[in-house]
Amino acid sequence: MADETMDLTLRVWRQNGPDDKGRFEEYAAEGISPHSSFLEMLDQVNERLIHQGKEPIAFDSDCREGICGTCGFVVNGQAHGPEPATTVCQLHMRNFSDGDTITIEPWRAKAFPVIKDLVVDREAFDRIISAGGYVSVGTGPKPDANAVKVPKPISDKAFDSAACIGCGACVAACPNAAASLFTGAKITHLALLPQGRPERGQRVKNMVHQMEEEGFGNCSNIGECEAVCPKEISVSNIAKMKREYLRALFTDS
Amino acid sequence: MIPLKKALTSPVGRKFVMSISGIALVLFVIVHLLGNLTLYVPDGGETFNRYAAGFEAMGPFLYVIELGLLAVILIHIGWGITTAIKNRKARPEDYDESTETKGGPSRLSLASKNMIVSGVVLGFFLIVHIWHFRVRKDFVGETTEVDGQEATNLYAMVHEAFADPFWVVFYVGCMVFLAFHLRHGFWSALQSLGAMKPEWSKAIYAIGFFVAVVLAVGFMGIPLYIYFVDLPPPV
Repeated sequence: MADETMDLTLRVWRQNGPDDKGRFEEYAAEGISPHSSFLEMLDQVNERLIHQGKEPIAFDSDCREGICGTCGFVVNGQAHGPEPATTVCQLHMRNFSDGDTITIEPWRAKAFPVIKDLVVDREAFDRIISAGGYVSVGTGPKPDANAVKVPKPISDKAFDSAACIGCGACVAACPNAAASLFTGAKITHLALLPQGRPERGQRVKNMVHQMEEEGFGNCSNIGECEAVCPKEISVSNIAKMKREYLRALFTDS
Repeated sequence: MIPLKKALTSPVGRKFVMSISGIALVLFVIVHLLGNLTLYVPDGGETFNRYAAGFEAMGPFLYVIELGLLAVILIHIGWGITTAIKNRKARPEDYDESTETKGGPSRLSLASKNMIVSGVVLGFFLIVHIWHFRVRKDFVGETTEVDGQEATNLYAMVHEAFADPFWVVFYVGCMVFLAFHLRHGFWSALQSLGAMKPEWSKAIYAIGFFVAVVLAVGFMGIPLYIYFVDLPPPV
């Protein structure tokens, strides 16, 4: 197979810092292999920018295997780009054609302020987790293995919810910039398991209220979050969060 | 454990309020349509006027019902508008490239993205509609006889209104917005209350489409029927 390369035009959001107004700038991305990932393509563009003595495009990345949740930006109006169930580091350039113009923007939400270019501050997610997305463990002797029974279908469901990598695509794609899928996934994960149950009422209350505090919007059940989620987390996690909140309204725990 | 104020205004709590008031309004609209179907009875309005006279016979109790209904409507509007404002604030700077759906399980559509638009239109429609057939009825309605009792000839009022193509177009047009509002609203209300299983969501979403179309088309049929079929041709 002949390795043809592509020439692309990038419209990239450039913003020097949180207080900068920001603007789009156009860059040529030439000689791009269709087998390279989107981030490798940006690396190539950045190398050229560095050679020209210009400031490279800032973006987040870490594992580049689609499992760490560090990378992410909006490509042509779609969080993590056109391919479903993937992060932008696992998006390959074969999804694009020679001559395409690609618009690249950061996650846009009040709760995710831009740090620089495509890098946003996602500490709001950390604060939601700190508000209750954990299990308190007392010290003492180690319990017997298998002493706590978890039915297989329940453990499967909890695992599906636990697959969230906290990338923030759900917020980015939501027309209301709501964090319900992220928060709902963590609440569901822990409410399903016996270890998480004692704190479930307190957890849903604190996490939902923290979500509001951070300035995320309100879920209107559009479901674009599930469509862009690299881990395909279902909006049924949001419904579970609502049931947990309803339960907390009427019970003591 | 959760204070009442939070229970009514938190991101989850405010959607409980929207859902419950929304479902109440859907139930009202179903009853409203069933009652209005008596307009199709070809008896010169006897059945419809008897149905309307039944409400008048309730006396002051009717006001209690109407105020209750008004309260539900105002709550739905109030919570809807504050929610929309908060949502707008959550993304102060919008994307340059408007969000393009990735498809799959997404329900991003004209209906789901513009609930506040269809809602505001329906709010204006309600003001006009209440003035048109409820307030005016008490002042300018001509009377007729129902079972020997004097009663407002609401049938004549309805026919007079829908002889005018302006009102036919206005009512039919507003019902398009009702269809859009219910298309997303029905499913969304159940999801917001947590009444959702992945296995059910397709069926619930389909039922939402059915409810939206049946209610909107049902209401549209009345002015169209009166204008095109039921009105005697001008002499």
